[in-house]
Amino acid sequence: MYSSQFPRDLFAQVERLQREMQQAFDTNVSPSIRGFARGYPALNVGSTPSSVEVFAFAPGVDPSGIEVRLERGVLTIEGQRAPVAAVQDGKTTVHVNERFDGRFSRVISLPDDIDPAAVTATCRDGVLRISVPRRESAQPRRIPVQ
Amino acid sequence: MTDKQVTHSPDTEARQDAALSPPVDVVEDATGITLYADLPGVPKERLNVHVEGETLFIEADIVLELPQGMQASHAEVQRTHYRRTFNLSRELDPAKVSAELNQGVLRLRIPKAEHAQPRRIEVQVG
Repeated sequence: MYSSQFPRDLFAQVERLQREMQQAFDTNVSPSIRGFARGYPALNVGSTPSSVEVFAFAPGVDPSGIEVRLERGVLTIEGQRAPVAAVQDGKTTVHVNERFDGRFSRVISLPDDIDPAAVTATCRDGVLRISVPRRESAQPRRIPVQ
Repeated sequence: MTDKQVTHSPDTEARQDAALSPPVDVVEDATGITLYADLPGVPKERLNVHVEGETLFIEADIVLELPQGMQASHAEVQRTHYRRTFNLSRELDPAKVSAELNQGVLRLRIPKAEHAQPRRIEVQVG
């Protein structure tokens, strides 16, 4: 493509590469059978004794457009993000286009001791938080000594 | 508008390293430039957009409500600070920058200065 020989595109590509490298070094995630894919939305997962917490960084997506499914211990986050609304009137120019758009789907496998009936999902400032409680029986319990 | 490579003294180096660079879209039309930046997790009061000279600074902090005693088991977002700077070109009017933050997306509108607005010149038939 002729336009890709222009310097600005080259700089944009170098910068994207730099960012990807930086992010690749940032993570020391062990490779999973479902792929090493880092993508949209970025995921942080944490656990407490009583729950598993999933944070999906999904800016610019309406919460009603995100589908969260839990099926046999596998959590799926799917949806679609619209591209930037550029008016195609010949007078607008897109100089930089780095943000993700299109369909997305990310999958996480959850531990065995979760309670699939009590999952809650909330969205705030473009971060979707999915809270998956662990089953009562799996939670640590203190046994009183008589 | 171009990305700025800022040179830093060693003491600001560590802070510089600790920032995420948010992805952006930049669209220009006849009357100005619109910049969109993905800043998920940033509440309005932790967003700082300012212009110094011809440089536009976008800085923001991620605020997440973490439950007590949570241990991270997988983290793709490992920093809580966003930073990115841009050089504004001269025809843009830094005094009239407007910003809105919605669902983790910052939308900045930077209008062109009056003198740089497109003007249609009537052709007189003599």
